[in-house]
Order: sequence, then structure tokens, then C-alpha cells
Amino acid sequence: MVDADRDARSTARRWLAAFGHFWWEFLIGDTPELFVGAVAVIGILALLCTHTGLRTLAAYLAPVLVSLLLVASVWKAVRRRAS
Amino acid sequence: MTLLASTAPTGALVLVTAVFLASAVEMVEALTIVLAVGVTRGWRSALEGVAAALAVLAALVALVGPPLVHWVPLSALRLVVGGLLLVFGLQWLRKAVLRAAGLKAKHDEDAIFAEQVAELQEAPPATGRDATAFTVAFKGVFLEGLEVVVIVITLGSTSHPSRLGLAAAAAAAAAVVVGLVGLVVHRQLSGVPENAMKMGVGLMLVSFGTFWSAEGVHVAWPGSDLAIPVLVACYGTVAWLLVEALKRTAVRPAPGRAAAPGATHG
Repeated sequence: MVDADRDARSTARRWLAAFGHFWWEFLIGDTPELFVGAVAVIGILALLCTHTGLRTLAAYLAPVLVSLLLVASVWKAVRRRAS
Repeated sequence: MTLLASTAPTGALVLVTAVFLASAVEMVEALTIVLAVGVTRGWRSALEGVAAALAVLAALVALVGPPLVHWVPLSALRLVVGGLLLVFGLQWLRKAVLRAAGLKAKHDEDAIFAEQVAELQEAPPATGRDATAFTVAFKGVFLEGLEVVVIVITLGSTSHPSRLGLAAAAAAAAAVVVGLVGLVVHRQLSGVPENAMKMGVGLMLVSFGTFWSAEGVHVAWPGSDLAIPVLVACYGTVAWLLVEALKRTAVRPAPGRAAAPGATHG
């Protein structure tokens, strides 16, 4: 009974670790800057949208910020290769 | 109401294209593994592995998708799912840009096929049902399909009205098309322009991600859903400019520095 409990807990832990690993690889992997950057972009847009008058401006700013994030991440990859 | 009715098909078309291309790319990769298994270990267990993986993937969509649509508020769903799509799409787009510029090796289906065949030939032969063939085929289809499941659930559940069924149908259609082509040509699809497809999917995921995460924080998009194709065009231009700039940089390497080889998988 105790062994069965321990086995079940160990299996659950393994599944949980695999689940966490999947999401870590899926979202962060070797490009943590994209995750952090995307959160920052959404944060900036959220801040702008607290003022009703800036909601349309935020729509024009969003692709600019996302494009800058892409360029920065590609630039980082190129720099990493060069070094 | 009129604006919504006129712009809804645009969103649906971009959604179907994104899901179809994403599913096709992943299924081409899965087909390479399945063909390697079938050729070296026999088809019965390989196809059973494929069927089991597809059933689990379909069950995941059916179990996770509808509860998300019914129980989670749309604005919260769009914020979280849009953020996920944005990160995921940027990862695809970044890789596609680096590959298009020649700074990262392209996905080589021929090499992966040869590698899989060599590995499978080393495994001891099976009598009756082949557990190795089943497991390798299952894992290949399941792991490649998992990304498609995430795309189907996120894109399908955040549309308004929900287009989960449409997204799932587009993914299934891509799986069927790739499967049939594989069956007809009976070899891995190394001629498929995978990187161009990945670039297209990346552009659409980033566009949907930007649109929905921004809607989640109440950004007012001019033209409503019509902003999505505009975003695709914007990001496409940025990606093209990046590739061109990187190609020009690559033909002028720093003195005394050799070009480094890129990665092959992923």
C-alpha cells in the first residue's frame, strides 16, 4: 500500500516535471529575451490603455515594439555566432 | 455589426492558413520519422503508433478547447493566449529569418531520415507486435503534433465566435494531405519548402499574438479584424528587410573569422 502510494507520487512528480519542462522549452527555451520582451510589450500597451485617449496610439505602437523585439533577438543570435 | 460581418472572413482565412501551414510543417517532420519506422521495422506497428498519437492529440483538443471557450472570459483568454502566440510566433519567425539568411542550417529531412533508419536498424528485431516501431512512430507524431494542438486551441478558442472546430479541421486536413502525399511518393518530403512555410506561420502567429494580446489590454485596433492582414504585411516587411540585411553582412565576414556551421534540428 505504502509502495503503491510512493509509486503514484513518483509518477505524478515525473508527469509534472515533464509538463513543466514542455512549457519551459515551449515558451523560453534558448530565447528568454523573447518571453521577457513580449511580457514587457504587453505591459507597456496595458499602461497606455489606462488612458482611453491613447488606445489607438497603442495599436500603432504594438507592431513597432514587436518588430524591435524581433530585430533585437536576431541581433543577439548573430552576435552570439560571431563570438 | 456590418463591420464585424465583413471582417470575420478575413480573420477566418488567416486562421485557417496559419493552422494548415503549421500542421503541414509539423506533419512533414513527423512523416519523415514514420517513414523511417515503416521502412525499417514494418508498417503495421508504425501505423498503429500514428493512429494512437493522432487519437491522443484529438482528445487533447476536445478536452482542453471547449472548457477554455465556455468558462474563461474572452478578454482574459485573448491576453494570455495572445501572449503565448506572440512568444511562440517570434521564436518561429526568428529561426526562419536566421535560416533564410543562411546563419542557421535548414531542417534536413534526408539527414534525419538516414539517422532514424540507422538507429532503428540497431534495435533488436521484434516478433509479433513491434514495440520499438509503435513507440518511435507514436512519439514522432505526438511530439510534432503537440505544437499544432497548442496552435489549434489558442487560435481556435480566442476567435469570436469560437473557431475551434474550423482550426481543428484545418489541422486535420493538413495531416491528411501530408499523409496522402507521403503515401503516394513513398519517401520523406525533403523537397517541401519548410523554411518558407515556417516563415509564413511565424508571421501569422506573431500577427494574431499581437492582435489578441493587445485586444486583451483594450487596445483599439483601427479596422477591427482587418488589422490582422495589415500586421502580417508589416511583420513580413520587417522579416524580409532583416534577411536582406543579414545576407549582406554574411558576405562580408570579419577578417580572420570563418563562417560557423548552424544547427540542423528544430
